[in-house]
Amino acid sequence: MTATATAPRTTPRRPSFSRRRVRKWFPCLLLIPALIAELAVHVIPMLVGVWMSLRQVTQFTLRDWTRAPFVGPQNFALAARLSSPVGQQLLHSFLITVAFTALVVAISWLFGLAAAVALQKPFRGRALLRTLFLVPFALPVFTATITWRFMLERDTGLVNRILVDVLGLTGDRPFWLVGPNSFVSLVVVMIWRLWPYAFLTITAGLQSIPDELYEVAEVDGAGPWQKLLGVTLPMLRPVNRVLLLVLFLWIFNDFTVPYTLFGAAAPAEADVLAVHIYQSSFVTWNFGLGSAMSVLVLFFLLVVSVLYLWKGTRKGRSAWW
Amino acid sequence: MLAALLLVAGVTACGSGSSSDGKTLTYWASNQSTSLDNDRKILQPELDRFEKQTGIHVELEVIVWPDLLNRILAATTSGQGPDVLNIGNTWSASLQATGALHQFDDATLARVGGREKFLASSMAATGAAGQAPAAVPLYGLAYGLFYNRKLFAEADSRPPKTWPELREAARKLTDPAKGRWGIGIEGASYTEGSHFAFMFGRQNGAQLFAGSDPQFDSAQMVAGVKQYVDLISEGLANPSDAEHLNDVDMDGEFASGQAAMIMQQSNATAVLKSLGMNEGDYGVVPIPVVDPLPAGGKPVSSHVAGINITAFANSDNLSGALRFIDFMTSLDEQKVLNAQLGSLPVVTAAYQDAQFSTPLISTFRQVLADRAEPMPMIPQESQFETLIGTVVKDLLAQAASGKKVDDATIKAKLNTANQQMRSGG
Amino acid sequence: MRDAAWVRVTRVFVLVVLTVFTVVPLYVMLVSAVKPLRDVQSLFTFWPSVMTVQPFIDMWRTVPLAHYFINSLWISLGASVLSVLIAILAGYAVSRYRFRGRSGFLATVLSTQMFPGILFLLPLFLIYVNLDRAAGFHLFGTRSGLVITYLTFSLPFAIWLLVGYFDSIPRELDEAALVDGSGPLGALVRVVLPVALPGVAAVTIYAFMTAWTEVLFASVLTTTETRTLAVGLRAYATQSNVYWNQVMAASLVVSVPVVLGFLLLQKALVRGLTAGAVKA
Repeated sequence: MTATATAPRTTPRRPSFSRRRVRKWFPCLLLIPALIAELAVHVIPMLVGVWMSLRQVTQFTLRDWTRAPFVGPQNFALAARLSSPVGQQLLHSFLITVAFTALVVAISWLFGLAAAVALQKPFRGRALLRTLFLVPFALPVFTATITWRFMLERDTGLVNRILVDVLGLTGDRPFWLVGPNSFVSLVVVMIWRLWPYAFLTITAGLQSIPDELYEVAEVDGAGPWQKLLGVTLPMLRPVNRVLLLVLFLWIFNDFTVPYTLFGAAAPAEADVLAVHIYQSSFVTWNFGLGSAMSVLVLFFLLVVSVLYLWKGTRKGRSAWW
Repeated sequence: MLAALLLVAGVTACGSGSSSDGKTLTYWASNQSTSLDNDRKILQPELDRFEKQTGIHVELEVIVWPDLLNRILAATTSGQGPDVLNIGNTWSASLQATGALHQFDDATLARVGGREKFLASSMAATGAAGQAPAAVPLYGLAYGLFYNRKLFAEADSRPPKTWPELREAARKLTDPAKGRWGIGIEGASYTEGSHFAFMFGRQNGAQLFAGSDPQFDSAQMVAGVKQYVDLISEGLANPSDAEHLNDVDMDGEFASGQAAMIMQQSNATAVLKSLGMNEGDYGVVPIPVVDPLPAGGKPVSSHVAGINITAFANSDNLSGALRFIDFMTSLDEQKVLNAQLGSLPVVTAAYQDAQFSTPLISTFRQVLADRAEPMPMIPQESQFETLIGTVVKDLLAQAASGKKVDDATIKAKLNTANQQMRSGG
Repeated sequence: MRDAAWVRVTRVFVLVVLTVFTVVPLYVMLVSAVKPLRDVQSLFTFWPSVMTVQPFIDMWRTVPLAHYFINSLWISLGASVLSVLIAILAGYAVSRYRFRGRSGFLATVLSTQMFPGILFLLPLFLIYVNLDRAAGFHLFGTRSGLVITYLTFSLPFAIWLLVGYFDSIPRELDEAALVDGSGPLGALVRVVLPVALPGVAAVTIYAFMTAWTEVLFASVLTTTETRTLAVGLRAYATQSNVYWNQVMAASLVVSVPVVLGFLLLQKALVRGLTAGAVKA
């Protein structure tokens, strides 16, 4: 933790007189709007979703969905049974999503770090580059993704134009929107969109590293690598911890990018969970099963997040919540 | 909590209440032409005419296909929907099962002109067998094989009558060096994939469902899917077609002479025109059938394609809704609308009109009347379409990237889809 | 203390690669927006055969873009203003007070980030519809429904960032104000907020962007009347045609406001993140 973060967090000890009771409840009053909003839009619907996962909500029961028949854990059993094709495909989709998320998180972070460190020292044009790098993140997701889709078309797209016609790297025009390469496309588009966020956050983190640390390191004869490994990375640790978690959750749950790239029927190689579940519930109208799948995903994310934060805490860094 | 919600709702709410004075209707039209704006331009004058006749004002909303099913779903669960809506006719039984659509029993049918007013084949795609229809036909569509006259003349080929003839013609016309292929397909569209799997499966004698039990992995179905995928495996279609998702991708290839044939629905004529290809430049024949037909095989050249129109069960202006449906399916409106949209009239009487007895339209009409079967009219139809369509899409992608797609590959994939269908996934 | 040559070479290399990666799609968007339809339907060319502004004219007709624009503006402004107001209150409470349930509150708010949207999309829709039927609140298909939805999407991040920001503001400042007789709210408004303005600005633009670009919920919770840009843009691709040049032109027009806003406020965002991030 750095100097800027040391504001004490104790309640100011102040004489409190007649309005003691008001004082006591005051912080809670301030929280109420936020609580209501989160309850109404996230928590309650989420609970309804859990409720649905225990029911058979299909086109037969949808119209009177509150009275959809209770089927207990049947949807979960179907989604998790690996001997059935439904379970197998869910597992397949899960593994794809994990690989996709891991790749995008890792590469986005690396790009972000590289760019932030490269722009750490002032030079002419630095502000311009900083601004430019942020543009992909500022673009509406849909517009960015649809542009990529346009670029990835096999016959007419820019990607093959460059790879095949200009550089002549391969004789055969590869497919990018169907088949195995669709996974690569998805990863690249997602990185394009999200690495600027890593860049932004790491840039912010770098600004709070005191110059003296680098000066001390230099006096000790540290080279650029030693400075990166000995000063920059350790000082970025708290930033990274949150950054990686946020990236992980965003990427894991993202729907817009795969849906815009591939449509409702994603290629098997890029069938990430968000689209897979969308297809299992919205396209085929089996909301009980879709909800059960979502609940399993939520459970997984919860376990990973808690473990991640708990591990961080045990290393002696207090989780701030 | 309610207070807060009320506050916000009160501040920014804008009215969405539907009136129930019997003088207004809301109508959800599906996107049928090249843009939403175009659809509106075609429909609005007719809605104005309806208002002049009946005094009922129709509030029009044109909805793009990817949104239509979600919007219907929303309307179904909430009971808040339009009075009248268009549905893809293959969804009829699925939507019928929700109970959200008005039932067109004989009395209701009589109010929109009676069962006999409509083409019998189109009428067959309005709901599950043995139940009152959930809709009536609005626009008829059928597949046809479009062939480029000039290219065929140059190659001295004749429009194919059988599937082997089609393959032969395609082989003759394919010349990758010139960037020309025998046939163009729309490989990434799962709906197209499911349509052809159905058609060619039926040609090979496949029975897709025994009752409601799926039979996707039969040898006949494998043969049907292979018939379609082989177009790419055998190099008769451009491998790039595997990623084509919109009609224009395929129609564009056809219009520019990069594909000598395409299998398209009748409304492609309008798109082709916008791409600079006139009706004289191409001919249309029914999609050829396997020859000789295997045991149990049926000469199916199209599914009964088209758009149905129906009333929402919760409509508070049912009589107005039915009057509107009667109006939209009336002889005059059918002529005006179908002529502009490139679709086929669904009322028998319209075909006496000269503009619907051109050779082109006669071909489609003949296909629709004699050589088309409805897609399975069962509640799980949408599952069938996604499952099989996705299988076909993946297989085409495999074939396009040079992998071998043989019977075993196809059977394995179809078998998975079958099990998924059976377990309700 | 000049850097070694290899360091400089590496730096230039990294920056060039990332610049190219960033710029290429932006260039495609720009150049395709001024191409005639014929160009964008055939092999990509680096330069238009004829430069035309026609797509920028046609796009307003093909799709009711102006209408969507106004909807998006309304919804995004509403959502961002409300989200920031709520976040300020909550962030202040968390930063300045120790109370029971404090960590529980934060954990709840942040954990909503991990809910898959698909899980609560349909339930949320059903709740909105039933509220309408039961109590007459028009939340489905209205702008207010989306305002409420979107404000909660940006809320966790907003609170998190503002807590960090408030924490970095010396407590003595509000105490001085309290001694002067201001209530805690007075201290917040008069003393803390002015100092935290960059953080507030950063959060506002973030919330605005979130609402401006969301697709999944908007596609289910809006009708034609209330359709937003992010969803409306899909209508350039109909079943039978894709107006790529108009898509690109419209994308540019849609992107400009958020990109400009974001870039103008990027300094504030970095400062906000600095305060927030190092707290983590």
